[in-house]
Amino acid sequence: MAETNNDQARMIVLEARGITKHFPGVIANDNVSLMLRKGEILALLGENGAGKSTLMNILYGLYHQDAGEILVNGQPARIESPHEAIDLGIGMVHQHFQLIPVMTVAENVMLGAEALRGGMFLDREKAIGQIRTISRQYGLDVDPGALIADLPVGAQQRVEIIKALYRNADTLILDEPTAVLTPQESDDLFRVMRTLTDQGKSIIFITHKLREVLTVADRIVVLRDGKVVGETTPAQADEQRLAAMMVGRDVLLHVDKALARPTSIVLDVQNLQVLDDRQHKAVAGVDFQVRAGEILGIAGVQGNGQTELVAALTGLRKPVDGSIRMLGHNITGASPREISELGVAHIPEDRQREGLVTSYPLTDNSVLEMYYQEPFAHGVFSDERAIQEHAQKLVKEFDVRTPSVHIPVSSLSGGNQQKLIVAREFTRPIKLLIASQPTRGIDVGSIEFIHQQIVRKRDEGAAVLVVSAELDEIMSLSDRIAVLYRGRIIATLHAGEVTRKDLGLLMAGGTPAESPAP
Amino acid sequence: MADAANAPEPTGSSRIFRFIRRLLSPLLIPFFAVFTALVIGAIIIQVTGKDWVAAYVGLWQGSFGTPGAIIDTIVRSTPFIIAGLAVGLGFKAGLFNIGAEGQLYAGATFAVFVGYSIQGIPAIIHIPLVIIAGALGGFLWGAIPGFLKARTGAHEVINTIMLNYIAIRLTEWLIKSKTPYLMGDPKDASGARTRFIAESARLPAIPGTDLHVGILMAGALTLLVYWLLYRTTIGFELRTVGANPSAARYAGMNVPRTIVLAMALSGMLAGLAGAGEVLGVEHALKADFFAGLGFDAIAVALLARSNPIAMIASGLLWGGLLTGARLMQVRAELSIDLIKIVQALIIMFIAADQIVRWIYRIRARKPSEETIFSRGWGS
Repeated sequence: MAETNNDQARMIVLEARGITKHFPGVIANDNVSLMLRKGEILALLGENGAGKSTLMNILYGLYHQDAGEILVNGQPARIESPHEAIDLGIGMVHQHFQLIPVMTVAENVMLGAEALRGGMFLDREKAIGQIRTISRQYGLDVDPGALIADLPVGAQQRVEIIKALYRNADTLILDEPTAVLTPQESDDLFRVMRTLTDQGKSIIFITHKLREVLTVADRIVVLRDGKVVGETTPAQADEQRLAAMMVGRDVLLHVDKALARPTSIVLDVQNLQVLDDRQHKAVAGVDFQVRAGEILGIAGVQGNGQTELVAALTGLRKPVDGSIRMLGHNITGASPREISELGVAHIPEDRQREGLVTSYPLTDNSVLEMYYQEPFAHGVFSDERAIQEHAQKLVKEFDVRTPSVHIPVSSLSGGNQQKLIVAREFTRPIKLLIASQPTRGIDVGSIEFIHQQIVRKRDEGAAVLVVSAELDEIMSLSDRIAVLYRGRIIATLHAGEVTRKDLGLLMAGGTPAESPAP
Repeated sequence: MADAANAPEPTGSSRIFRFIRRLLSPLLIPFFAVFTALVIGAIIIQVTGKDWVAAYVGLWQGSFGTPGAIIDTIVRSTPFIIAGLAVGLGFKAGLFNIGAEGQLYAGATFAVFVGYSIQGIPAIIHIPLVIIAGALGGFLWGAIPGFLKARTGAHEVINTIMLNYIAIRLTEWLIKSKTPYLMGDPKDASGARTRFIAESARLPAIPGTDLHVGILMAGALTLLVYWLLYRTTIGFELRTVGANPSAARYAGMNVPRTIVLAMALSGMLAGLAGAGEVLGVEHALKADFFAGLGFDAIAVALLARSNPIAMIASGLLWGGLLTGARLMQVRAELSIDLIKIVQALIIMFIAADQIVRWIYRIRARKPSEETIFSRGWGS
């Protein structure tokens, strides 16, 4: 640990000493110690399941440690509930916002800490005044009278930060704050974080994105398997080193792949229009083709129509207009089973909601779409033995780490759950692969493996459509990139001809200075 | 995740121990729920100044203590087992079938009609006919809320409750109407029952007792439901729709069709329970015959955690408590309704299993042991 005298001189506002937390069968935090100094941004880096969230939930009073102690401003504190954390000046912005969409910004901010007039009447004016002051002081631009539902995600996040500051938080915990933001919105957030620390606030920034850590953090603490495995600074570290610390071995951060050799058109989409649950046009007329032997990446910030586009392509949602053709068959409005039987594999964006039945064992999940086909069933009779053999084969070939194929998949890690889905989809005879957020929330090692498998499928002659909100994933996997913005494809680019910055601008709806022709 | 992935390979003896624990662990909560309910029941008896030991000895002797009592318990339990299977099958498909009561009446009405309107055919043909009629009645009455849910999203809880009222009142009219007589018996002055079914439609019983072949039917249905749920693609579809409808859609299953089928099969089982009662015991249908049996079936299914095999034990316990209550009443001079309190407590402790876990320090169950009973309104 490199500490200058200057660092030591600064006050320690929050300290965890030897925090240990057990869950049945797991040590989520094993003797974890860290300290946060006044006015600094501490990045807490680690894979899913490394124990970041557990530690933060202990600091925020949602869990209690089995051993160890917490010091706030040098004083030992027992934080029993979020209320007490707030009283101690600790605020948290959760990954999933805790806002009520039908209420205004001001109402959301004062919720639970209402400004009152005469003891029982809401004093909206006073709250609005306070919000304006906070907005101005920290550069958190937001209209107190606006409805939450009408605000973009970036603004909703600012409301969450204002909520914490309104409750006089001096220490902010930001849990994966950039997961839902465009690159530009992320940059805005980093500016706000700087303004906050310049004015004496302290921030713990939780993330698994290496680039962001290097951009914004003052200090970096890396967690792995519940333990602190290292502490460093952006000046001393690079992405490769941080990734190795996170995973415990060297990782390939970029996908090795040969040049694509596209052949015939497999998927042909014309003027596709799809409604979302609120009957708004989420996909407002898109055209694209995917050829055998190529990977088309659909880039875009979450909520720009990707979910509805994939649902329409896989038969889960009926389009209102346009056509989808697959190898000459018209599959517009066809059922999921018809589409699947034509040789379309689908890695769904939400593996626990759609891709798996988490209470089922690996065996049943390994045949989720094929359960009625030979050899897994003869007529209506299921063949347990054939299903078990299939599951064992998948587990072996795709390195799914599990003690048995008979345990429920809920006891597997996210990465292993995703590997099981990939194994199931890839071992079918497929001509088109639709992979939606194929590596969301899984460990770096599994990401590496799944990326290699996707490229292999391409090289075997399958057409591949990858939908991802991760810029790095899109850039390293795709042969061509289509940018989806507000339900339309606003640009189609060759992967080699586009920079990160251009792509970021396009995802935010802007135009790069020189837009390369597709 | 880490516990499963990193657990060392168990040695021989601990493997057996684990196997036994895996077999027994689903039984812990029901066992302790019943035990706790009986303890509280004893306290209530003592507080009211009666002798709880005498009461429980009576309860035991009246339910399982003598061969005669055992026969009574079996006869009493048969409809609980079958109707419990009905409700449990619904739970497995994520549906809360509160309509077993109405489906019992529907099945019994169909069975009785075929039982008395066809005369002069041999029992070997007549009995299968009345059983099929009972199954059909329940099937149709269950399919209605299933269809409404699949087609319009109307929640099955609301519709099955409403269909209960309709079935009960409709049956009452069919039985009690005198101008003209519909199903009622002109020879019966009270007008409270249907005509008796033909001898050839009555379920064979052991001479001199009430023990009819219905219990064999319950056993066969138990195995059949287990086989359907866990050994066929139809059962896989039912359970997947129940456990995760989104994944079922993703997997290409026809979710609306599965919902209709699940409700219809659930209704069919309840219809068979109703048919078995009139064919085996009363040989006619009375207007208030089932008096809440369809609701008790929900309790039986909860106690068995919707497991078809456990339904036999659960149904026997339920029937046993009701059968033994009479002797308990005599021995301890108690109200027979005390047993209803004990039954209510059992269900409370099953529903609020956190209390039982807390009292007996039972660890939280793993997801594999969880049963999805039903989801919230309209979802």
